[in-house]
Amino acid sequence: MKRETPSQKSYYVSDEWYQSLVDGYQDWQHPEAEITDLNTRDLVRRLLEKEACLLDETRLDDWLALYVPECAYWVPASLNQGDPRKEIAVCFDDRRRLEDRIFRLQNDFAWSQRPASRTARILSGITAYQSKYEEVIMVRSSFFTTEFHDGDWRKYTGWYGHRLRKSSENWLIEVKQVNLIDCDQNLRNLSVIL
Amino acid sequence: MNIQEPIRTPKFLDWDELVQEDKVHRLIYTDEAIFQEEMRKIWGGVWIFLGHESQIPEKNDFIRGKLGLRPIILTRDSGGKIRALYNRCTHRGSTVCREDKGNSKSFACPYHGWSFFNTGKLSGVPWPEGYSCDFSESKFNLAQVPHVKSYRGFIFGTLNLDAPSLETYLGGVRAPLDEWLDRHPGGTVAFCDANRLKFNGNWKLLYDNSCDGYHVIFSHRSLLAMENRQKVGADAAKGMAFYKNSPDNGPMFLKYFGNGHHYKDKRPALEKRPGALWEIEGPHPGMEHYEEKLRAKLGARADEVLDLASSEPININIFPNLHILGNHVQVSQPVSLTETDTTWWGTSVVDDNDQLQGCADDINALRMRTQESFPNFGELDDLMNFEQIQIGLTAEEDEWVYMHRGLGINDRITHAANGTIIAPSTDEVFLRETMREYKRLMSVEPNLAIKRDPN
Repeated sequence: MKRETPSQKSYYVSDEWYQSLVDGYQDWQHPEAEITDLNTRDLVRRLLEKEACLLDETRLDDWLALYVPECAYWVPASLNQGDPRKEIAVCFDDRRRLEDRIFRLQNDFAWSQRPASRTARILSGITAYQSKYEEVIMVRSSFFTTEFHDGDWRKYTGWYGHRLRKSSENWLIEVKQVNLIDCDQNLRNLSVIL
Repeated sequence: MNIQEPIRTPKFLDWDELVQEDKVHRLIYTDEAIFQEEMRKIWGGVWIFLGHESQIPEKNDFIRGKLGLRPIILTRDSGGKIRALYNRCTHRGSTVCREDKGNSKSFACPYHGWSFFNTGKLSGVPWPEGYSCDFSESKFNLAQVPHVKSYRGFIFGTLNLDAPSLETYLGGVRAPLDEWLDRHPGGTVAFCDANRLKFNGNWKLLYDNSCDGYHVIFSHRSLLAMENRQKVGADAAKGMAFYKNSPDNGPMFLKYFGNGHHYKDKRPALEKRPGALWEIEGPHPGMEHYEEKLRAKLGARADEVLDLASSEPININIFPNLHILGNHVQVSQPVSLTETDTTWWGTSVVDDNDQLQGCADDINALRMRTQESFPNFGELDDLMNFEQIQIGLTAEEDEWVYMHRGLGINDRITHAANGTIIAPSTDEVFLRETMREYKRLMSVEPNLAIKRDPN
């Protein structure tokens, strides 16, 4: 799937939206909120596995199609995640910036990706939690991503916090928070989308 | 006819051979012995940026850092004095601090429990009756960097007893640094976490690139394409478009100040009016919402306030490890001969006197996102190129790295009466002059010392 024109405007990243993000990512992994419905659990697991597969295959436009229009890709630079309004993140992209990120990666002159990286992702421990909103599910999973680039091996590991939103009968990704275990350390050539 | 170059063996540490007017020898990037000399003569011999006062605002705050490869603790001691303590127990050499940051009046060595006040003074050793020595002798206090000074919040240190004052060392580069600070409320900024990157290459590769206007449209071709695809009409001047066509024909320039410091100024390409900076800022998350909010609140004043969220189009390079680009404070740190950390500290505005009419948080919310752009979409390509230079330079028979752009062309470079050199933005004069200074530093033995305070 290929987009025709890039997003020109991006109105949704507002104070209220940031606040809902910060609030939504606080104190959410309660055992009593864990989703036990097998059908939902399976849908959630398949969505995350599909996401990992599309990233491994660098089908980035198809990957972005798993996200709601008003989405975020957030890699905090601190272990407590912080408030992205007050501190720098490793990455904090809205849809427009994600489109830019993908455009650059697909450009032949992005030298950090010449040659392109190959990645393999392993996901584990996928656990879904019901948020206070019926149409929003939070998901925690552990990841181990191996990157092979021009003779070098690199690894990224940590946990994802996905915020999913119900869209008709499907779940789509609203926010992907990537918590690297070494997010506060100097990282080498982090060009790939995590 | 083939032209053959004989293979020669350069004389070891012959600086007239290694650093010449138009070229430098590959060995300065690849030789372990030269790297070790640099750690002493440069990363001990000149003022090195150690940290910013906003990182240790309260008494007893500390951060862990390095002076060259020496592990240090930068702390504001219990009396409020800023010190750079060696993170090295005076007993058997273990580090005494293993946290990146915190607040502590003392540091206890985990090995045998010797403990030290944050002034460096030994506070006690377990079971002292087993020693016959006098522990009040200062030789048991933590070593520390003898000269530690701040310039407007930026903390520097040097081991060189003969170093000029920090103000003298900074010299002409203070002018752009002052301008950069003075555009912020209260003339100051605060550090607010960082984009932390690293590359497998020698530290000088980063410094060599820091004022380079020649690489931009080639190295950053993907970023320029990304910025350009949204631009129509008046928006065509956005982002890195300063470098379009031949950048030497534009109004931007670079300046060399001496002591290895230089800067590149893209501001002359801008109109001098409030809002001119904001108008050329590329798209980033939150810009529509916060701009609308600020315009509604501030009316005509909004333009100048929005400029604070925009990247100042300037590169200030303070030898050997401090760079100010846009709103970032980029600090480089050698890890080994072929490994360098580069940390892009984000800065936020601090508005103690409410100059921004309660809008500092909104400005910072924008400013975080504008700052993340270049490390994500530009610096990665630079770092890849630095790594590939390091690989290219392993070819030992091909000896020279050239830096002669602009050399020998009449009327291209201006030497001002105060010693400042001004050149077009793609000129390599900044590199030639920095290498001249490098050679001077590497050719003499600096008068280095540590100190141990008795109290």
